Amino acid sequence: MSTRLANAGRLVNKNKAVSFTFNGKNLRGFDGDTLASALLANDQMMVGRSFKYHRPRGVVASGAEEPNGLVNLGKDNTFEPNQRITTTELFDGLTATSQNHWPSLEFDVGVINTYFSRFMPAGFYYKMFIHPRPFWKHIYEPMIRQAAGLGKAPKDRDTDTYEHFNASFDVMVVGGGIAGLAAAHSAGQSGARVMLVEQTADWGGRAVVDMPSIDGKTAQDWVADTVQALENMPNVTIRLRTQGSGVYDHGYVLAYERLTDHAPENDGPRHRLWRIRAKQIVTATGAIERPLSFAGNDIPGVVLAAAVRDYAINFGVSVGDRTVVVTNNDDAYRTAITLKKAGLDIPAIIDARTSAEGDLIDEAKALGIRVEFGKGIAKVKGGKRVTGVALCNQAGEGAVIEEISCDCVAMSGGWSPVVHLWSHCGGKLIWDADQAMFRPDPEKPPLGADGAGFVVTAGVANGHLFTAEVIADGFAAGRSAAKAAGFKAKAAQAPMGEDAHEGPLAPVWLMPQGASHALRSKAWLDFQNDVKVSDVQLAAQEGYESVEHAKRYTTIGMATDQGKLSNINGLATLAKSLNAEIPNVGTTTFRPPYTPISMSVIAGVAKNELFQPIRKTPMSDWHTANGADYEPVGQWRRPYAYVRSGETVHDAVNREVVNTREKLGLLDASTLGKLVVKGPDAGKFLDMMYTNMMSNLAVGKCRYGLMCSENGFLSDDGVVARIDEDTWLCHTTTGGAERIHAWMEDWLQCEWWDWKVYVANVTEQWAQVAVVGPNARKVLEKLGGMDVSKETLPFMQWADGTLGGFDARVYRISFSGELSYEIAVPASQGRAFWDALLAAGEEFGAMPYGTEALHIMRAEKGFIMIGDETDGTVIPQDLNLQWAISKKKEDFLGKRAQERSHMADPNRWKLVGLETVDGSVIPDGAYAIAEGTNANGQRNTQGRVTSTYYSPTLKRGIAMGLVLHGPDRMGEVIEFNKVDGTTVQAKIVDQVFYDKDGEKQNV
Amino acid sequence: MLTLHCPNCGVHADETDLHAEGEAHLKRFASGSSDDDFHDYMFQRQNPKGVHFERWKHVYGCGKYFLAARCTATLEVFGTYSAQTHEPPQAIKDAITAKRPGWSWGDFS
Amino acid sequence: MKKYSAFAIAREAFRQHTGWERAWARPEPKKKYDVIIVGAGGHGLATAYHLGKNYGITNVAVIEKGWLGGGNTGRNTTIIRSNYLQDSSAAIYEKARSLYETMSQDLNYNVMFSPRGVIMLAQTQSEIRGYQRTAHANALQGVKTEWISPQRVKELVPIMNIDGPRYPVLGGLYQARGGTARHDAVAWGYARACSDMGMDIIQQCEVTGVRTNAGKVVGVDTTKGPIDCDKLGMVVAGHASVLAQKAGFRLPIESVALQALVSEPIKPCMDVVVMANTVHGYMSQSDKGEMVIGGGTDGYNNYTQRGSFHHIEETVRALVETFPMIARLKMLRQWGGIVDVTGDRSPILSKTPVEGIFVNCGWGTGGFKAIPGSGWAMAELMAKGQSPLTEEFNMFRFREGKFIDESVAAGVAH
Repeated sequence: MSTRLANAGRLVNKNKAVSFTFNGKNLRGFDGDTLASALLANDQMMVGRSFKYHRPRGVVASGAEEPNGLVNLGKDNTFEPNQRITTTELFDGLTATSQNHWPSLEFDVGVINTYFSRFMPAGFYYKMFIHPRPFWKHIYEPMIRQAAGLGKAPKDRDTDTYEHFNASFDVMVVGGGIAGLAAAHSAGQSGARVMLVEQTADWGGRAVVDMPSIDGKTAQDWVADTVQALENMPNVTIRLRTQGSGVYDHGYVLAYERLTDHAPENDGPRHRLWRIRAKQIVTATGAIERPLSFAGNDIPGVVLAAAVRDYAINFGVSVGDRTVVVTNNDDAYRTAITLKKAGLDIPAIIDARTSAEGDLIDEAKALGIRVEFGKGIAKVKGGKRVTGVALCNQAGEGAVIEEISCDCVAMSGGWSPVVHLWSHCGGKLIWDADQAMFRPDPEKPPLGADGAGFVVTAGVANGHLFTAEVIADGFAAGRSAAKAAGFKAKAAQAPMGEDAHEGPLAPVWLMPQGASHALRSKAWLDFQNDVKVSDVQLAAQEGYESVEHAKRYTTIGMATDQGKLSNINGLATLAKSLNAEIPNVGTTTFRPPYTPISMSVIAGVAKNELFQPIRKTPMSDWHTANGADYEPVGQWRRPYAYVRSGETVHDAVNREVVNTREKLGLLDASTLGKLVVKGPDAGKFLDMMYTNMMSNLAVGKCRYGLMCSENGFLSDDGVVARIDEDTWLCHTTTGGAERIHAWMEDWLQCEWWDWKVYVANVTEQWAQVAVVGPNARKVLEKLGGMDVSKETLPFMQWADGTLGGFDARVYRISFSGELSYEIAVPASQGRAFWDALLAAGEEFGAMPYGTEALHIMRAEKGFIMIGDETDGTVIPQDLNLQWAISKKKEDFLGKRAQERSHMADPNRWKLVGLETVDGSVIPDGAYAIAEGTNANGQRNTQGRVTSTYYSPTLKRGIAMGLVLHGPDRMGEVIEFNKVDGTTVQAKIVDQVFYDKDGEKQNV
Repeated sequence: MLTLHCPNCGVHADETDLHAEGEAHLKRFASGSSDDDFHDYMFQRQNPKGVHFERWKHVYGCGKYFLAARCTATLEVFGTYSAQTHEPPQAIKDAITAKRPGWSWGDFS
Repeated sequence: MKKYSAFAIAREAFRQHTGWERAWARPEPKKKYDVIIVGAGGHGLATAYHLGKNYGITNVAVIEKGWLGGGNTGRNTTIIRSNYLQDSSAAIYEKARSLYETMSQDLNYNVMFSPRGVIMLAQTQSEIRGYQRTAHANALQGVKTEWISPQRVKELVPIMNIDGPRYPVLGGLYQARGGTARHDAVAWGYARACSDMGMDIIQQCEVTGVRTNAGKVVGVDTTKGPIDCDKLGMVVAGHASVLAQKAGFRLPIESVALQALVSEPIKPCMDVVVMANTVHGYMSQSDKGEMVIGGGTDGYNNYTQRGSFHHIEETVRALVETFPMIARLKMLRQWGGIVDVTGDRSPILSKTPVEGIFVNCGWGTGGFKAIPGSGWAMAELMAKGQSPLTEEFNMFRFREGKFIDESVAAGVAH
């Protein structure tokens, strides 16, 4: 059984007990425990069920590479599935439940899959569930989906906060083991700005567990001294609980810091995402131990050898009373020695090598531990917990020669350097056959903006397994990274490390070497996704030979641990099946994040109201207080209508239209773009930008202009005013302001850069109000200060002045067809001006109106709307706007495009008005049906509706649309489809429904 | 996650401060040009797997356009230069040649 | 080829699965084929398949520089829908969707086509109009879609937040028989069927040159030597420009990065595919339980198959806003590919200036859903010289100004 040892672990404070629950059971641990060590201390070995076969799963590792120990953590709005128990620090009140079983962890009906596992090899689902066809959707898939997934879906909103830090450093060091500490120190000594991050809560990595000596001190002391030194260096930043998550191009690194997961009672953001630019990156990311592939290696109690001693030394927890160690290398002997010294039983060390010599082997023997060379484990006994092992000859086929009872198997197949961050931007690997590992190829680092390498690896991550080399490598890496970043360090001595002499390992990819199919189908590679050696062999047999095919076919390496324990064993198995060399098989692609990072931290602070910037006009508060029903228009929010109590939105819109046409309406037009275009060449420039002539617009006058893209399509429209000799004011649509400003700048900076023109986007400098209706002039005269009579300020002219004491520019322009003035005042006066208009206008029936009333009124007048009549494929000629296209200009943007054959085709649909025969409103987007079908069997069409509304002015539905030869077919009735299959008939009419001669806007 | 040196204001800008604006050195064909010339101007693009010239705008900075010579296969940046030119300056071309001898792009080499 | 079925699995279960044959052969190239398809992704394999199935043209080689299905087919977000606006788009995507309906049976390979429904959310007035227009167009095109209310959206997707403070959901365009499929299985299923018809799929073989004579194609040069052919199909997505250049012509495309990501797997919580184009993100839940998430393309020409992280941020932000419950999930993996985008963001299926060379490219972000329809149409074009499905997608449309523009109704074409 797993228990707490008498001696406390390094990290555990036995004076501070902590209470937590697991599957409803109240348990106790200590401050400093991880959830994994605390569960083990409480003899809770089994912590979950595997994905496919629902086999019992126990913890296998002690760090972020853990594939099995995943729990649902927390509840309500702190609920989070798939939390790794090995990286969850214990805190008082922690509550966790195991995953992927029903009804309980101990009794899971899903285990039935194990009994049918022979029918469920890799890829079985590609070969079945094919017939009958409807069963996939209604039966098979729902079953599969129900069985899928691990943790439960969260239900409540996340109320924690998250933040982003932006930072730049000269040298970023990832990994707080001795190589990383040495690198950060040597880089820092050179004067470079350094950041060092460590994903766990503790510095020193393996060295503080395995305790080599460094510079004559214990590793623990050396680490403590170095950390102290780093903390004292003002140019060095160090962080624990911060994972180097991904390396991106040009030296961008994401680091994921967990601030309060271990202490939820603390204030502040839960997680922080560091967005870092570093000139050089040192990955001192260590290595991950490999499992061995033997039958039953997935039974709870089979644990990586280094993890077993991590639990003993760091947490004072013994995984098992009787531990058999199985290995192909010397390092695992450390586990046997550690446990023996702690008073635990080591029945045997099973060493697959035919022979080996080294200091650790000697020490183990000296302690009286039995060592068996040339042997392997044929299979592990036990179901929910290891009860024993059956030994065999490693060179044989698995015949059992002895059985040993035990409750823990500590396995080690060697070490795989962590090469993820090196690989993210294309760093290449080489296969080191002697050490049976892939490690970074220093000749092929990831390349940065200058074409030179920007990442160096150090320490075990670089393939060095012995302290002396690890620490020297870290020291050197720090210096070379600093140098590459432009900082030269003074001469210094690398720290000197010393540890036990070890012999070479022997690669063992299958135990025993000649294992039968029965054994190979129980030798696990991927514990979470339930992929066995036999599965990878099957993939090779079936021709899924590329490492990517084998991965995707078997799903090896695709679980939440992303293959950290299974990658190398998997591709070695594949290589063997193909009779290929491991390096020729290659690896799959490493992608960020190194381990999963929270979606919340990626989103950061931009949530809810702050999801995107909100743009408001100076009158926004008034709108909100007066029933505005808003519609988003880009990042603005504009009132669609102002809804009074008892009204529907539709009622409000109708009221606004009627009131504006009969009395007085006020529209907040502040969001429409206003661009000042000024300079000696401004007129020439605007002649290129617009289809119309603008250079000959007289000072004081206004002209409605169209802009097209170079591809010929109508892009924006608006009224242009000539302010003075060299200044024009261009209005754009709300959505067009930034876009057209950018468009103008593009041409001025990149094509006609010798023209003298300046453009300023003054949209937000001016508040603008449309004062509209038969009483418009009356309210302005009441405010007083300007002559706004028909004689002084006729239609399509503007004037500056003061109105009611406000500095104003008044444009006599109309989008509604009524008497209309658009008045610009400085933005800071916008609200006051609006209030003044409402007050003065009360006796004239003043009411605000919103965007929908605006749309209806312009449609009644047959005016086009960018975004309704246009969709990116419509040219002015389609909309009867030829009059706005100057025939005198040689060139303007879009002219050449409109000369292309399809653009000049007389069969292009043209704009007309549409009146339903029954007076109803044609649905938005309806198409006019024509005879027959096309070559693809689709109904032929001859037109479509572009705008359609109920007109309260005319008390019927009105619409505009594009129709084949429309203007030539006045009076004809055509049919439009509705989505329910019925049709509605409409007559083709003039697009101007109201005040055809335009008398009302001219008064 | 590119960084590009803005030659207008001198800031070494992060990609998030920039907006990509398409291929550089497009020759504008207007009224009177042939269908082929106009089509090529509007749609034909080098789209190379290698040395490329493109436009950038320093939108969250000085607001100005500049041009960059960059490799689309490795993201190496050979240099950035003013947008007010029809051709990459000799210094840029030399910088490319130093790294990619024998390169060519459209009419440039 | 031995038929796949539950019986076959049961039989093999007692023989330690030793009887399963290679899904596709691994031949060396012949000297000449009637047709060479360059690119063994979904589109290329589907083209070869339909050449054989529909026209009996089986003397075909599909040449692939990497491993088959290893490009965008192996890394997309698996969405299938045909609710496009323009007639020609709707025709080819609906052809594709209807072929997906029976693909598992046709290929005897379970591609797990799951018609669980796709909703495109309307979050602005202009999107409402755009999608209602699409619903009307679809009704006439024979594509079954419907405009649904926000309440119906919420019923279909309980985890969605329809009352977001910035962009409340105003309704949606719903295609009940859109959905997803297992992308690798599509490539593998086609590869197996092609191999079974006697076609040669030649992997790890890069085309280094294209040989022509008097304006007509005669063959290709490859890393495995020269191979002759009468017809050549270029179906290589992001590398189309590179390949076209070898044949002496250019294409109006640009290759940019497209990214996607998945969360860790969780128990089922979302049945429908949801696309939110106003906020630039879309999400579905795979059969494995992972939330599969994507957004729009990155902005600049890029062949690295890596994108920039701020796009991931924007996409995740948009989806956390739309589905607040995913905030406490974790991103498991992010990746990128290369998509080629044309001037009107619609694909090119076309003859080229070189006789006998056909090109299929420019699918941008919308390639996976089109695979079987694209293959069917390309096969028709290559076999007969013309096809009503490819008519409007010719590469010369840009000259005439005759674009197929889908951006009207959808900000992100997926």
